[in-house]
Amino acid sequence: MSESPEIFTSPHVLEFPYSRSTGPVIGSFLTALRDGVLIGIKGTGGKVIFPPTEYDPDTAEETSGIVNVGPGAVVTSWGWVNQPLKQHPLQHPFAWALIQPDGADTAMLHVVDAGSESAMATGMRVTAIFRPADERIGAMADLIAFVPEEAK
Amino acid sequence: MSDQTYVTSDPRGSITQLATPSRLEYFFTAGTSLSKNLRGYQRGQFIGQRCPVCSKVYVPSRGSCPVDGVALTEEVELKNTGTVTTFCVVNVPFAGQSIKIPYIAGQILLDGANLSFMGLIQECELEEVRMGMRVEAVWVDKEDLVPSLASVKYFRPTGEPDAAYETYQEYL
Ligand SMILES: [Zn+2]
Repeated sequence: MSESPEIFTSPHVLEFPYSRSTGPVIGSFLTALRDGVLIGIKGTGGKVIFPPTEYDPDTAEETSGIVNVGPGAVVTSWGWVNQPLKQHPLQHPFAWALIQPDGADTAMLHVVDAGSESAMATGMRVTAIFRPADERIGAMADLIAFVPEEAK
Repeated sequence: MSDQTYVTSDPRGSITQLATPSRLEYFFTAGTSLSKNLRGYQRGQFIGQRCPVCSKVYVPSRGSCPVDGVALTEEVELKNTGTVTTFCVVNVPFAGQSIKIPYIAGQILLDGANLSFMGLIQECELEEVRMGMRVEAVWVDKEDLVPSLASVKYFRPTGEPDAAYETYQEYL
């Protein structure tokens, strides 16, 4: 009965390989990313919604009219990440930020690769950096990050 | 007609599908009792634990009796034979399936145990499997024994007369 008190521990992985259909508007957004282009869509009263949605979230009316926006943009809010997690898009310190591209009336959550927290400010100008054309697949990661405009 | 579509000149056409895998990585710690059970498989043995209050034998054991709420201390080695309490013939393919369909998944109540567990049943025609059928464990070769139920290749019929319903009705 004096068996070794060794207790077993093992790594487990639980993974679901979901795929989903994008619908026409999100599909358009992803197709444009693959082309290295940011697009929004016109909602009620001509307001440009970015990223594009099928319906205007304020009025529930159907949106209509694809509009090119960016790549220049403004940071409207941000939070600094000192220690990125393995799942994060960058493996060095970066900012999660709400980013409003030129020509859009709403902002999207994405990454600002600014180098240091002191380089960040609400209202700062940034611009989109895409993966090389032959590496883009039509996914969010095609857009690597936004960087301060003067750094480009 | 609304205009909600971006037109690309890319020969791959428009994106209509998006892969969105969901993944959870974690560590499972077996604890003292289950570790003893797992180490038993490495020796080719079924190891359970008996409750000091109700005398029920749990295999595998989680270390306490769910009825009496007391810690289990007495280790019990179970026999290699048991009874099929209920079963399912699997005909449907699914992602990650490692066994060729059709196959039989049975709930096995080992002799002397008071808890059944799921086991693969082979060397048995699909139409032959039944509740109460007597089975025995077939282990992998000695050098292939591992601390998991993978050490049991499958269960097969012993050919003994079926167990009486009363002997396993509590475990359905
Ligand atoms: Zn008990």
